[in-house]
Amino acid sequence: MTASSTISNLRLRLLRPATLNRLMAVGAIVAVMVVASRVPWLVAYPENWEIPLRYWVSDFMKWLINDFDLGLFTFRQFTRSIAWLLNWPLVSAQGLLATGFELEIGDSAIDLPRLSWLGVIAAVTVLAHAAGGWRLSVLVATCFGYLAVFGQWSSGMITLSSILIAVPLGAVGGLLFGILGYRSARMERGLLPVLDLMQTVPVFAYLVPVLFLFGFGPVAAMIATIIYATPPMARVTMLALKLVSTEVVEFGRMVGCSRWQMMWKILIPSAKPTLMVGVNQVIMLSLNMVIIASMIGAGGLGFDVLSALKRLRIGDGIEAGLAITLLAIALDRVSQGFTHRAQPAHKEQPKRFVARNPHLVMALAAIVLATLGALFIRGLEAFPESPRISTNEFWSGLVTWINVNFFDQLDAFKNFLLLNFLIPVKRFMLSLPWSVVVGLVALTGYRLGGWRLALAVGCYVAFMAVTGNWEKSMSSVYLCGVSVIIACLIGIPIGVVAARRERAHRVVQVCIDTLQTLPSFVYLIPVVILFRVGDFSAMIAVVAYALTPAIRYTDHGIRQVPAPLIEAATAAGCSQRQMLWKVQLPIAVPEIMLGINQTIMMALSMLVITALVGTRELGQEVYIALTKADTGRGIVAGLCVAFIAMTSDRLISAWSARRKRQLGLA
Amino acid sequence: MKIPLKNAAVTAALAAGLAIGSAAHAVESEDPIKLTIHDWTGQYITTHIMGEVLERMGYNVKYVQADYIAQFAGLESGDLHVAMEIWETTGKQAMEASLATGKTIDLGENGMRAIEEWWYPLYLKDDCPGLPDWKALNECKELFATAETAPKGRYLGGPVTWGGFDDERAEALGLDYEVVHAGTDAALFAEIQSAYEREAPVLAWVYTPHWAPIKYKGEWVNFPRYADECYDDPSWGMNADKAYDCGKPRGWIKAVGWAGGDEKWPKAYDAVRAFTLENQTMGGLIGRVDLEGEEVDAVVADWIENNEDVWKAWTQ
Repeated sequence: MTASSTISNLRLRLLRPATLNRLMAVGAIVAVMVVASRVPWLVAYPENWEIPLRYWVSDFMKWLINDFDLGLFTFRQFTRSIAWLLNWPLVSAQGLLATGFELEIGDSAIDLPRLSWLGVIAAVTVLAHAAGGWRLSVLVATCFGYLAVFGQWSSGMITLSSILIAVPLGAVGGLLFGILGYRSARMERGLLPVLDLMQTVPVFAYLVPVLFLFGFGPVAAMIATIIYATPPMARVTMLALKLVSTEVVEFGRMVGCSRWQMMWKILIPSAKPTLMVGVNQVIMLSLNMVIIASMIGAGGLGFDVLSALKRLRIGDGIEAGLAITLLAIALDRVSQGFTHRAQPAHKEQPKRFVARNPHLVMALAAIVLATLGALFIRGLEAFPESPRISTNEFWSGLVTWINVNFFDQLDAFKNFLLLNFLIPVKRFMLSLPWSVVVGLVALTGYRLGGWRLALAVGCYVAFMAVTGNWEKSMSSVYLCGVSVIIACLIGIPIGVVAARRERAHRVVQVCIDTLQTLPSFVYLIPVVILFRVGDFSAMIAVVAYALTPAIRYTDHGIRQVPAPLIEAATAAGCSQRQMLWKVQLPIAVPEIMLGINQTIMMALSMLVITALVGTRELGQEVYIALTKADTGRGIVAGLCVAFIAMTSDRLISAWSARRKRQLGLA
Repeated sequence: MKIPLKNAAVTAALAAGLAIGSAAHAVESEDPIKLTIHDWTGQYITTHIMGEVLERMGYNVKYVQADYIAQFAGLESGDLHVAMEIWETTGKQAMEASLATGKTIDLGENGMRAIEEWWYPLYLKDDCPGLPDWKALNECKELFATAETAPKGRYLGGPVTWGGFDDERAEALGLDYEVVHAGTDAALFAEIQSAYEREAPVLAWVYTPHWAPIKYKGEWVNFPRYADECYDDPSWGMNADKAYDCGKPRGWIKAVGWAGGDEKWPKAYDAVRAFTLENQTMGGLIGRVDLEGEEVDAVVADWIENNEDVWKAWTQ
């Protein structure tokens, strides 16, 4: 082909109406940008136009805490009595598992020991067997055995006891909200944005009001955990109830069920497998909160991680962090095991309790025996000191070795990325006039979902400027944006490989489960040692945490490509490469986009953690507000984070839905 | 649950067989005194020593994890009772604001002296012979520069929540340095450790009592001496237009308490007022925990065991 024909070809393509439209749109945008950059108030939002929302929020909170009177008692008395009420199960669980009880009778005190570690391990092993057979019981025994052998038992049990109380409360609360949403469409519309906010506003933002209302201590930490962990349960409940097949519902009507019976005897039991997915999410999210909860007094493993890293005892931090991961894996697998356990529907149930629940009885017996035994054998109460293992020296040595020998290479790599990618992107993002960003986002919204979407996302973005958080918000967008791009560049190829090879799939699963539950603070400090304080370290932490959904959804999306399509492609003689690029990936794109959406959500949820290594963005704003007990400042900055999340979520969901329709998959 | 958690195992083991112990002597109130603990080891030790002494006096004690500044809200409402370490250098404003409400009271200095200042390791002396004088900092800015900050030098400050006015100081003194804030204590010392291992340049915020100045050999930068006027009055000092043209204040560390506690547990509050320890003692204890890896509770118990005359005096 000659050069001239290439050019004429290009000219032809440029003159196609669609391209022309696009060119004109781009031209219009550039023109608007040029105009906008001449008008100062369109570039930087004028300070005296800012709405003092943060002060309003602070004043409102003050009123709520100090003056709001419900008649017989004040609002604060009300919340304090809730805290008092919740304190009981929490203290009992902690006493039972971790600290033992001290009873005071008159002038004398009686100490009741906690449950024996051996008894607890035996009991969870037996229960795991009931849930999933021998393989699961070995796994669970290993996880709990780790706690004992690595000297994490007491802390582990404190964490476990707060999880054991928080999870049922979160699950039941989510269930009730879900039922409300299912019953009335209006309720659902009202509920969904609230759930969005609960999930995306960083926890630090509402810790201050929670502390004021519920007091300092483990209960406040638990309440914060519940707020964070409940939304998925509510969502799953709504979905699960809608998915119950109409035959079942009609059957219920035919036999004359009341509303109450319909819900609790028909709908909920039929939806149970899906509901359990929600419970599972509540467990995982509660464990995600362990570190943050320990900052406001929950104690346990989270506190151990923090205090080990404060002393730069990296190994101790990793051990305590792994204990959280293993606890999460054990609880996750057992709860999943109970979900999937085949239930013989109409088997004759034996009458006696013992015969009906052999596992439960065995587990209880093991605990009682071992705890009584602990009165006579010291090693049964607390795991003996001598066989405990510590790997601290190894980890610290490893980090030092890398630091001393490879710092220059790592530094060169870091500087390359910083100077060529991160810093230019940051400058660009910060230089964009706010009006142009609002306009572009609204325009995208309009193209993808019409006026409603355009208005919603436009308002979300404008909120950041109007409340005076524009620069910090853009810094957050930059940090998360860069991290998401890198996470996708790493995650999607791994997902593709995992989808095509069963063995890789299994290895990858284990890795991403660990990455997701290992507290990020654990790897944050070694990262700082190797890469210094700054955006780059923060970016690594965000990528490590946000990688998971990129991998998971890609893997899932490719596996979901309908088999007939694959067969057709094979019959048409596609090579492996063509199969991937021309068939599997295009079909899986909507699913992958949902994965990217989740990646963005997780990256944003890491902002608070990255503030701990000194990034200057919304996360830091929230963190400062927390330490200054400035409710309004924290909540407004938290809302900005939530609105960034919701903007990207709405846009990507709209795009993905449209694309699915085009592909005929919806 | 009056047993501090880490002790629980030991206590429970001792009490094996449902041992019946006798409750301690009568005190004004059995309600637990809530002591706050923060995120640095020294404070943890101070608080646990105080807590242990109060327990020996017969009080019930509870340790509550709370943020250094955010705790004042809890102290004012009576959710928390005693905070053992408020540093003049970082917590003065917050403390004074809180005392002004009348809901908290000053429980006196605890004997330790806080030093916080820009700090560098000794091995840099050869590369920048002008140190520790602050005027040498600009001459050596290339030594401390990184790719991100070049041509400016890089100074690693404490978390923004610590205050400290380092951005203002750099500007007022005309230092060609970019102040990078570490997000947490842990991140700050992680970076210092990293540099120290490689004998690489580092200029950072270090404070004492802390394990770092014990473990790492280094010096404070000599700024113009701090005076109250330096922070309040722009015309003071070498820069006539700006405040903060001096070093950081060195000063007391005080205990602060909920005002109501004076009536509820008067003797306990008196003991807190009497508490005093010296930098050297505290430095040694911190070193044992952070450098030698001993358990805090063991170190505290050991100190209590061997210094009965010291802490008995507080309880009189």
